Amino acid sequence: MRAVGIIFSNIHDHNVPELARIRTLGSIPFGGRYRLIDFPLSNMVNSGIDTVGIITKSNYQSLMDHVGSGKDWDLTRKDGGLIILPPFGDTDSSSLYTSRLEALKGITNFLFRADEEYVVMTDCDNVSRINYNEVIEYHIRNRADITLVYKKFERGTYPAKNATTFDVQDGRIVGVNYKERLQDEYSNVFTHVFVMKKSQLLNIVLDSITHNKRQFMADVIAENVDSLKIMGFEHKGFYAGITSLQAYYDSNMKMLNADVRHEVFGDRSVFTKIRDSAPTKYGNSAIVKNSMIADGCVIEGEVENSILFRNVKVARGTVVKNSIIMQNTVLGENCTLNCIITDKNVSIRDRKVLSGSENHPFYIGKGIMI
Amino acid sequence: MMRKKKCVAMLLAGGQGSRLYALTNNIAKPAVSFGGKYRIIDFPLSNCVNSGIDTVGVLTQYQPMILNNYIGNGQPWDLDRNFGGVHILPPYQGKNSSDWYKGTANAIYQNIRFMSQYNPDYVLVLSGDHIYKMNYALMLNYHILNNADCTIAAINVPIEEASRFGVLNTNADGSIYEFEEKPKKPKSTLASMGIYIFSAEKLYKYLEEDNANPNSSNDFGKDILPKMLADGQKMMAYEFEGYWKDVGTIDSLFEANMDLLGDNPKFDVGDNSWKIQSRSPLAPPHFIGEGAKVDNSIIMSGCEIFGTVENSILSSDVIVKKGAVVKNSIIMGDVKIEEDAVIEYSIIDENVSISKNARVGQPKTDNKGIAVIGRNTVIGKDAIVEGGKIIDKDVVKEDK
Repeated sequence: MRAVGIIFSNIHDHNVPELARIRTLGSIPFGGRYRLIDFPLSNMVNSGIDTVGIITKSNYQSLMDHVGSGKDWDLTRKDGGLIILPPFGDTDSSSLYTSRLEALKGITNFLFRADEEYVVMTDCDNVSRINYNEVIEYHIRNRADITLVYKKFERGTYPAKNATTFDVQDGRIVGVNYKERLQDEYSNVFTHVFVMKKSQLLNIVLDSITHNKRQFMADVIAENVDSLKIMGFEHKGFYAGITSLQAYYDSNMKMLNADVRHEVFGDRSVFTKIRDSAPTKYGNSAIVKNSMIADGCVIEGEVENSILFRNVKVARGTVVKNSIIMQNTVLGENCTLNCIITDKNVSIRDRKVLSGSENHPFYIGKGIMI
Repeated sequence: MMRKKKCVAMLLAGGQGSRLYALTNNIAKPAVSFGGKYRIIDFPLSNCVNSGIDTVGVLTQYQPMILNNYIGNGQPWDLDRNFGGVHILPPYQGKNSSDWYKGTANAIYQNIRFMSQYNPDYVLVLSGDHIYKMNYALMLNYHILNNADCTIAAINVPIEEASRFGVLNTNADGSIYEFEEKPKKPKSTLASMGIYIFSAEKLYKYLEEDNANPNSSNDFGKDILPKMLADGQKMMAYEFEGYWKDVGTIDSLFEANMDLLGDNPKFDVGDNSWKIQSRSPLAPPHFIGEGAKVDNSIIMSGCEIFGTVENSILSSDVIVKKGAVVKNSIIMGDVKIEEDAVIEYSIIDENVSISKNARVGQPKTDNKGIAVIGRNTVIGKDAIVEGGKIIDKDVVKEDK
């Protein structure tokens, strides 16, 4: 194989502090049965990458539980496969890394050991289907030193106010900006996908150790747009940035749109940990509309415009609208929920009425009983 | 010291299942879909694993491809083991002779070497066409406590149905004194479930003898068990209480599926204390669209429902378009039901297309029976398939 994959599971945890308090961003549940890391990980596998290192930092138990040996992604391989890369502490420094570049310093051995010529690096802050092979082809064709993937957003369509954006001329990135406000008509927003030769990445990392550089984008990319040939690859397909709880909510809701759902899941190649649940059962009194429902649910109430994860119970007389209900949530009788996100294992007793609003969903933490 | 297993299970999965007609045209009966997510073989396999039996030989013969693919390395059942695990055992060519499996006993006989490599004390013989949850460990304990040579699991059936089964006539202590195969006037209501535990050495001995007997039909029920009884071996009946259904016919397969529905189903697959494991499809959660109506049904992942689904069971990746109606039916995986098609009291096998405005089946009250559409077929636009019809070829609308 020609590329090794690296996935950063923790960077951007601060985007969704509610959900990332007890887990990495990569292990945040999404779309009824997935976790955010399933998207980059599946993209890697579907691009023929069979050595993938997952860089973690903190709260990564749920992540390890989810990816396990990598079996469900066909990444249990004799050589390579899936490798979890927890922080590497030197004897002389006990602090954890604080940046992408520092994290990479901790995995230089992993990089030296890999035989592959190229590296694909991604984060877990978005839902998209990107064929990294196309990016590598583009990178080779353009004799680039580094290729970065971006997505073009019209003003007002990117879910966050701020972002890293590129000035792109004929495919080449000539400027890197961190914008507090995206005010241009169009912005080329960085998707946090990097492609380069492994030797190039090692040079950057070793050089940054020598010169005590800390920030990949600011100290390496932005500083070198003239001296390095940095190409931009435009991703034209679906892209949902998980930049906040609101963006998380909106991105889930987008899965109720048939075109989006078919683009993301149509080819049945988003892999995830397989768990055994019985099929979902609908009772006589169930009324369900425009909703995505995972296996193992028992539905006797009313569900509309919502996403239900595995093993959710909706009792008689209960109405769930515009909500995201995570695994093992139990909703008692005659409740009303509107614009609610329940984390895993939440119980809501009979006759409770809970409501957020579409531009401010109300989050209920893991295991809470109301 | 030789490693050993206390008990090895041998699962008979080679039967053709001819009474399932179109549903088993090119698939072995144990691989037939059940309950939206499962295949029949998931039940005995999960029972084994849940009972602590981790060595299972699956004897295949008839149309094994889908079954072999499904079982694979056994990982979904946790049966990918270094010592033990699940093994597919097809008939093989020997140096001096090679044979298809001539009967249930012959199939096991040909695999004595497979069993003996685990040096088991006991062998559990199962068949791949029953839907039930059973703890074989309890049955094995019963076998051991009674110091039996063979124990047969049995279930009490209504006396009027007993004549459809092999009936066990027992003494007060549970020991069997007589077998009656489909008796006209049954003396007992204890029906054999086709589940046997043998003490391994006894089994090998009787299999060898049976193989040497040219007049034998090499069948457990007809040859081995009567011979053991005649020889005075200790044979016990182990009474099982709980749900058990032979799904060897279209009607019983349909009924067993329907037993999963309702608030208090006759058979509950959602019970986590005895999980039924299966190979799960790689599909996103199912989607229920605007205008859809779903009542008293089971729906698997990957489905997209825009029409009406009532009292039905849908396997994964079934599409029900707007205006289509599915009632009292079993729809297996990858079936597409186009606009305004109506399906009633039917079993639709995998990968079937029901075109626009087609009609399949008739209400049960018409007394025509269950309509069955075999896999990989297309029912054309406006075509009509009457109740009770069994279809294994494409159907187009008849011009009149």
